[in-house]
Amino acid sequence: MNLTRIAAVARKEAIHVLRDPRSLGITFAIPVMLMLLYGFALSLDVDDLPLIVYDQNATPASRDLISHFTGSEYFTLVGNAAAYRDVQKAIDAGDAMVGLVIPFNFEQLVQAGRPAPVQVLIDGSDANKAITARGYAQAAAAAYANRTLVNEMLRGGMRAPDPPVEARPRVWFNEDMESRNFIIPGLIALIMTVVGALLTSLTVAREWEQGTMEQLIATPVKRAEFVLGKLAPYFVVGFCDLLLCIILGRYVFDVPLRGSVLLLVAVSLVFLVGAMSLGMLISIATKNVQLAVQTAMMATYLPAMILSGFFVAIPNMPGAIQLVTHIVPARYFVTLLKGIYLKGLGLRVMWFDALLLVVFAVIVLGLAIRKFRKKLV
Amino acid sequence: MPAIVTASSLTRRFGRLTAVNALSFSVERGEVFGIVGPDGAGKTTTLRMLTGILEPSTGTASVAGFDVGRESELVKERIGYMSQRFGLYSDLTVMENITFYADLYSVPVKGRSEAVGRLLEFSNLAPFKDRLAGNLSGGMKQKLGLACTLIHKPLVLFLDEPTNGVDPVSRRDFWRILYQLLREQVTIIVTTSYLDEAERCSRVGLLHNGALLACDTPAQAKERMRGAVLEVRTPDPRRAAGLLRGHVEAQMIDLFGDRVHVATTEPGQAAVQARAVLEAGGLEVQSIRRIEPTLEDVFVSMLSRAEEEGDGRRG
Repeated sequence: MNLTRIAAVARKEAIHVLRDPRSLGITFAIPVMLMLLYGFALSLDVDDLPLIVYDQNATPASRDLISHFTGSEYFTLVGNAAAYRDVQKAIDAGDAMVGLVIPFNFEQLVQAGRPAPVQVLIDGSDANKAITARGYAQAAAAAYANRTLVNEMLRGGMRAPDPPVEARPRVWFNEDMESRNFIIPGLIALIMTVVGALLTSLTVAREWEQGTMEQLIATPVKRAEFVLGKLAPYFVVGFCDLLLCIILGRYVFDVPLRGSVLLLVAVSLVFLVGAMSLGMLISIATKNVQLAVQTAMMATYLPAMILSGFFVAIPNMPGAIQLVTHIVPARYFVTLLKGIYLKGLGLRVMWFDALLLVVFAVIVLGLAIRKFRKKLV
Repeated sequence: MPAIVTASSLTRRFGRLTAVNALSFSVERGEVFGIVGPDGAGKTTTLRMLTGILEPSTGTASVAGFDVGRESELVKERIGYMSQRFGLYSDLTVMENITFYADLYSVPVKGRSEAVGRLLEFSNLAPFKDRLAGNLSGGMKQKLGLACTLIHKPLVLFLDEPTNGVDPVSRRDFWRILYQLLREQVTIIVTTSYLDEAERCSRVGLLHNGALLACDTPAQAKERMRGAVLEVRTPDPRRAAGLLRGHVEAQMIDLFGDRVHVATTEPGQAAVQARAVLEAGGLEVQSIRRIEPTLEDVFVSMLSRAEEEGDGRRG
């Protein structure tokens, strides 16, 4: 290995990057766009569910029940229906997600101490939201029932009983349960994957298409020198993208970073080497820019999005798919990022995930070098 | 003098197509060896195998003492190769391209600027050294390509149609540079489809369907041509060639610019026949005269003979 030759390839590649302002712009636009798009638009928090109420009873008791719904942050009253049909219409039109229907004899039943059924209609087209909405509605109704019971007993001269079991949940690591706090670390993994693989997937294929490769493979440049030299400038670009993400996460999205920044950067750079080597490997194997870019997107973006645990929790996946996630390097990266960001963990706990990233980077880089042949055909 | 390039039974197949078929030849140090032949004859494939960037299917070749198959990386250190398509980076300047190749060939930094200066000087690229390679004219691009392959003082230089599509003045410049190199004992192997360039070579191999039809000095090749060549001038050479092909016995009847060349073993008889045919066809005959055969005449007549024999075998 000859450092002069690595430097020569790196310098040449850096000139390509710098003299193409449009591509350079894209390399910074992608992370910013993804950060803003996912960071702001993608919220997995379920609150402010639009609620429509059809109160056929219109008594203090029914209004009390309604206030149990609207008093929480989970529901927002968007309208009062004059007929059952209106509830249906509002849900069909998407104006309301939850409909609360109170029967005309609600107060009578409550006062008689008999079960008073109320109907809750939920738009189930977004299953995740619907499940959460059902939980909220049941909790609101239970709270009302509980209080009614307690009032009843007090009025009857009885002592209000202590609840036999009371769960006191305390949420660790993401105390406010802001989905943004775990979306942003996962997003960094996604961005590093996309930027890494996309940038490098172009480079080798472009040389084949432009006819510069034939000239290059007739020189004594070694395969490893060529691959390492080519990676170098993109590594710098990827590093800048990483810093950009960390800064955006900290100052625009207020995501707390509890662990070591140094560890975060180190782990990300190791992952970047792997992602970029993968892009390079694809570029070397396809020799065709369009095919290389498409393959790189398929091979990196989708797995990083779906199988990394960024978006969908891995324990919720079917068993077979869970097995597949083990070969997705972004999975380990996401684990590391969430650990560093939210739990402030270090390598003592997460050394194995970090080791796997190193192994991945070394293997893919090795494959890229091996696959690159200084021969035509 | 020992051969610096030898090919023995060099063969390359692409699927069922045999692009280069059992090629054997040798080139001595300091020669300019020209490979000529029509498109698809296998010229580029031959060069690619000799430069170690394409694996031969069978057969071997050695360049500068190393086997192009097993020791291709050692071959690459000692040669310069200029591919047919412009292979430099158009978004790099002239100087950046040269520096890139100088680094790849590990040209020592000491004395490098003199070497680069000399190259820029005799290629007349000095005033353009900061211009992007993509903004150079065709001729200047080729000279830059040449400069990049010469920076490490190769023992053997392989040039694939280096003057294709280049204007005549630049072509002359280009050959002037090559002749200067010969004084430094560089061996040059060049493919070309310009036969006036083939005349400048010390030896010429005629490639046809992947096989070598002839391999001679230009002078010997011309001597080998049987019979003589008649040059026919008429106002409508295209029609004239058509008429002559139908009625005159000859090894070759072909258009050469605004003239028709007729190669024949019986020049006297053919001249009389030709005049009669053309006048009967209503064409004014401006002149018919016997001329020295050019290399082109020689090769075209050899090629048409090879084609006929090929047809004969197939028929």
